[in-house]
Amino acid sequence: MTYFPEEVVEHIFDFLGSHRDRNTVSTVCKAWYQVERLSRQNVFVGNCYAIRPERVMARFPRMKSLSVKGKPHFADFNLVPYDWGGYALPWIEAAARSCAGLEELRLKRMVVTDDGLELLARSFPNFKSLVLVSCDGFSTDGLAAIATYCRGLRELDLQENEVDDHGRQWLNCFPDSCTSLISLNFACLKGEVNTGSLERLVARSPNLRSLKLNRAISVESLNKILARAPHLVDLGTGSFTVDHRAEAYHRLMNSFPKCKSLRSLSGFWDASPRCLKALYPVCINLTVLNLSYAPAIPGDDLIKLICHCFKLQKLWVLDCIGDKGLAVVASTCKELQELRVFPSDIYGAGNTSVTEEGLVAVSSGCPKLNSVLYFCYQMTNSALIAVAKNCPHFIRFRLCILDPGKPDPLTNLPLDEGFGAIVRSCKNLRRLSLSGLLTDQVFLYIGMHAKCLEMLSIAFAGNSDKGMIYVLDGCKNLRKLEIRDCPFGDGALLKDVAKYETMRSLWMSSCEVTLGGCKALAAKMPRLNVEIINESDDFEESKENLVDVHKVEKIYVYRSVAGPRNDAPEFVWTL
Amino acid sequence: MNTTDLDNLKATELRLGLPGTDEPEKPTSRPTSKRSLEEDRQAERKPSDGSQESTRVTKAQVVGWPPIRSHRRNSFQAMKTEAAEAAAGGGAGLFVKVSMDGAPYLRKIDLKVYKGYKELREGLEDMFKCFEGCKGSGSEYAITYEDKDGDLMLVGDVPWEMFTSSCKKLRIIKGSESIRGLGSGHQQKTCKFI
Repeated sequence: MTYFPEEVVEHIFDFLGSHRDRNTVSTVCKAWYQVERLSRQNVFVGNCYAIRPERVMARFPRMKSLSVKGKPHFADFNLVPYDWGGYALPWIEAAARSCAGLEELRLKRMVVTDDGLELLARSFPNFKSLVLVSCDGFSTDGLAAIATYCRGLRELDLQENEVDDHGRQWLNCFPDSCTSLISLNFACLKGEVNTGSLERLVARSPNLRSLKLNRAISVESLNKILARAPHLVDLGTGSFTVDHRAEAYHRLMNSFPKCKSLRSLSGFWDASPRCLKALYPVCINLTVLNLSYAPAIPGDDLIKLICHCFKLQKLWVLDCIGDKGLAVVASTCKELQELRVFPSDIYGAGNTSVTEEGLVAVSSGCPKLNSVLYFCYQMTNSALIAVAKNCPHFIRFRLCILDPGKPDPLTNLPLDEGFGAIVRSCKNLRRLSLSGLLTDQVFLYIGMHAKCLEMLSIAFAGNSDKGMIYVLDGCKNLRKLEIRDCPFGDGALLKDVAKYETMRSLWMSSCEVTLGGCKALAAKMPRLNVEIINESDDFEESKENLVDVHKVEKIYVYRSVAGPRNDAPEFVWTL
Repeated sequence: MNTTDLDNLKATELRLGLPGTDEPEKPTSRPTSKRSLEEDRQAERKPSDGSQESTRVTKAQVVGWPPIRSHRRNSFQAMKTEAAEAAAGGGAGLFVKVSMDGAPYLRKIDLKVYKGYKELREGLEDMFKCFEGCKGSGSEYAITYEDKDGDLMLVGDVPWEMFTSSCKKLRIIKGSESIRGLGSGHQQKTCKFI
């Protein structure tokens, strides 16, 4: 029963920002469900196999923006076989049939094809924004279709996709009449583009605010582009290196001062310390700086740059910055909210890397810090305890100690107490990634304190089923749990099977779960898809030979109203 | 399970592996394997002595570790390879074909091994002396090359580095007409950058 006319209810719903709130109000009563579904414009699907595309389109006919995620997170690290799934085409086809008003499509970790991109380009007359993150399966031909047919395109944002290079012509496909671009990001493309076309495109896009070039773009081209686009707010440079005796270098030094609106910088492939000097005039206004693709910049030169970045909110660097550099960050960047430190040398001895000191320094100096991704070679409990005390506002804390299972080097103890301090102190923690030597104890702490935790990533940790059980029991808001190389078996998997329906997904690989355990789970919970991934060549034979006690290599469990998927490859077995 | 039991177990364990190797391999797809994670952990926890290096190397082979997105990982690999090649002076070398008028087959040379035009000329003379008796002055041949644009150019006009970066293949032209056509300045030209 509604107390207000529908228009009023709809207007009230307009104030609901999050998907979750809208999902909640839609369950109040049938009337509210109707009002909500007909007025929802932004639709978010966290797992493309949780629901059939047609059902989404039928429920939300006025959809303007659709976001879909495909493969499990561990696909980023090559743990999911190449053709596991996550195809975008069914979504594009369904939308083309039922939601012609679509304006925005955001896909993450999905397989997108050139055919799909062409269908997309031709099907939606008001299409404005395409964002692809960590996708693959398409080439520059698909981009050419987007450029050709999407009149009024405002945003083409390609983040870290694997794109096949079929030539440089795609950029030429933007017609002369296309003047609406606000954001263009082709940083992940490996091939060259026609720089003349790019310059002309930039020149006729007065609203262009974000431009991210790829590595093939030279400093000479960058100079020309900056001359034509002084209003850029967000710039991804191309290959940021040129001989300091060349004229292009001098022009580079003079290019940046004109860009008074610049707030965000990234790119910097092959960047040389000399070229970094060009940035000094814009440092004081920068809020975002990503130097994580510039391994040739030593710590001291990074320091020279960062010591001017007073307004920095987000910083991504390589560990060549060193603890010394992080101390400078701590004393300079008082507005810092997010820090990511990536390893520059994955397999080496790591003498130019950062230690726990750097993290402690930043936690101490940056009061607004709430999101950390930190790769290092060692961590101590006392450091983590200090960090926890300094930063009770963490939302995301992801620590990766490069040596799996490494204890506290000072005490040789596990890092249970350190991470325990983090979860105890950071009451709003939503995402946590653990590493180092860890026993079941850390999971006891997580279950007890991490009440807001939504995503947990575990590797090479724990002693027994108890660890996983503590987490499933205690973390009431857990949505995604991903585990690799831990001694958790059927006991943990089957302890609370109903829990998985409250979560988006569970991933377990190289653990102690058996086929029998998976079968039991699938039997008890028909609304879960229990997928077993087995990549050995003789899977078909071993399928018959597999006895219930045999361990399964990888399982992916997710709730779904769509039933088992019909596009699973041979090596995926849905129980 | 105390350490002695573990040692005994290890001693009697049947494994595929070279004798003397300590570190058990981390399997990625063997559903029937009975792998002891505790064993793996014990091996990893060994205090740093010589074994640290080898454990690091083995860890390098763990799939998906460290957890870095493939895109970033691939970019780094590419940059590393390029840097290594640049540092080694382009380890792959700069091989170009060399043809000589009248010779039954072509040769290939690495331009990187020559410091300049003089060495190049000497090297070519050496290589092709079996095809003709001439050496030094009075020889009626010119060394030419095909550049990036496909044009046939006389070797020696531009600085050496510019030449090596634009030379696609070399061609030794024999025959009096083509040489005479270049006039008396010819010999000097070919020796310009010696």
